[in-house]
Amino acid sequence: MSDLKSGSNLEKVLKAGHFAFTGECGPPRGANVEHLKEKFSYLKGKVDAVNVTDNQTAVVRMSSLVASALMVQEGVEPNYQMVCRDRNRLAMMGDILGAYSLGIRNMLCLSGDHQKFGDHPQAKNVYDIDSMQLIAMVKKMRDEGRFLNDKEIDVPPKMFIGAACNPFADPYEFRVYRLANKIEAGADFIQTQCIYNMDRFRDFMKRVVDMGLHEKCHILAGVTPMKSVRMAQYMAKMVPGMDVPDALIKRIDDAGKGNYAKEGIRFAIEQIQEFKEMEGVAGVHLMAIEWEHKVPEIAEKAGVLPRPEV
Amino acid sequence: MIVADRKPIDEILWMVSDCSKILVVGCKGCVTVCNVGGMKEVGILASTLKIARKKEGKPLEVEEKTLERQCDPEYVEQLRDSYDQYDAVVSMACGVGPQFLAEAYPDQRFLPAVNTTFFGGAVQHGMWEERCAGCGTCIIHYYDGMCPIARCSKSIQHGPCGGSAGGKCEIAPDVDCIWDMIVKKKMEQGRLDDLLMIKAAKDWRTARDGGPRKSIREELLKGEE
Repeated sequence: MSDLKSGSNLEKVLKAGHFAFTGECGPPRGANVEHLKEKFSYLKGKVDAVNVTDNQTAVVRMSSLVASALMVQEGVEPNYQMVCRDRNRLAMMGDILGAYSLGIRNMLCLSGDHQKFGDHPQAKNVYDIDSMQLIAMVKKMRDEGRFLNDKEIDVPPKMFIGAACNPFADPYEFRVYRLANKIEAGADFIQTQCIYNMDRFRDFMKRVVDMGLHEKCHILAGVTPMKSVRMAQYMAKMVPGMDVPDALIKRIDDAGKGNYAKEGIRFAIEQIQEFKEMEGVAGVHLMAIEWEHKVPEIAEKAGVLPRPEV
Repeated sequence: MIVADRKPIDEILWMVSDCSKILVVGCKGCVTVCNVGGMKEVGILASTLKIARKKEGKPLEVEEKTLERQCDPEYVEQLRDSYDQYDAVVSMACGVGPQFLAEAYPDQRFLPAVNTTFFGGAVQHGMWEERCAGCGTCIIHYYDGMCPIARCSKSIQHGPCGGSAGGKCEIAPDVDCIWDMIVKKKMEQGRLDDLLMIKAAKDWRTARDGGPRKSIREELLKGEE
């Protein structure tokens, strides 16, 4: 037990060698706690941890720290997301201490979408540190028990440290090295950007395995089921760093009206089944955006239930 | 150089709406080079203001002057004899100019005619781009002469982020991803290893975050005595 870094459920699942399955829940654009609880209630027992997004797409929402704490109260394990856009190192370290105090044990360290996309494009951004430095900071706080300034922490926060990886952003050749950097900085697990181009991801994972990165870090493949042809087209055209092959858009379109969502889920399930067999992939991160109630069905059909008790 | 853009004419007209006689003062420094506040632009602004006010039936008397530099007390002194002959003085220098003028002549009003934007240079005729953020601790030697602090939308030191696509930044298709350029150059030159080191969090004390800055050179201070 003592060799666990944080003791989170997600860490235990991965450490025991189980195929991990994580979900995601965006906090409400308001203080609607009941709505939040309803959204994550669908995920209870169906996933090992639930990512709680931090003002995602730079749109103001209930803080990820508070939404994560509400999750802990309800017996759901959060993966608390933190972006570098909105906070400087003081606020970040303060929030990390607070998160740990409230029972949060997983963190995902991100740069964050630029505020230009969001609902307050007039805002000043922070970017005091970047995602790489955030990973290193959380690790330092945990392993050395020290703040960034080297001063000792009275009860250090023990977090299981996550980071993101987008194998579909450019320049492609560099992506595996950036992943290696994140692991070097201290990432215990990685959740990738939504994968649609399976050929490219297979190639990427081959590079990851060749470099032995999968032995240093648990890599969870990102899956977001398409709900409609329009969503697929939007993702393909409008979301930078997203790679949606035309063949997939056609496949969903060909399913015919009324069947788009079903086909999207079918593709997601095929992906999960392939990831279970893919060398170097330790689990799946399912980002069912505003579709949390579909997660039990997808989990069931993908054969990832019941979740291991560790 | 310091790059600026002229303010919209309506805003300048609004600033001088209660004036009947003004001085428009240009600067022969950076704003001349970026074609926004030199002698020529002073002339254009003066005429534009006069025409607009004439149309309104409230004629405005406008005099023109262009100083060598507005960021230097020696040249600022050249307004000593005339500064108080106007209802206000409109400065076409960067944000430094009207402040130096205001410090030298506390009983006059100095109005900015330009929006100061960044430290950069002309990439082609009529187009300027940002290159430096003035952070006070230059690190471009790590990045083959390219500054991620000024040129990455997120100022990240370990890029490119997941929003880099086709060499462009996620914020707009006309913004280059500087990290894409840095990575490609390192790869071409076989120095990718430079990017495999994790850099410590930046010390922002030398930037504006450390408070208003001063640059003191003792040897020059003594020389003045």
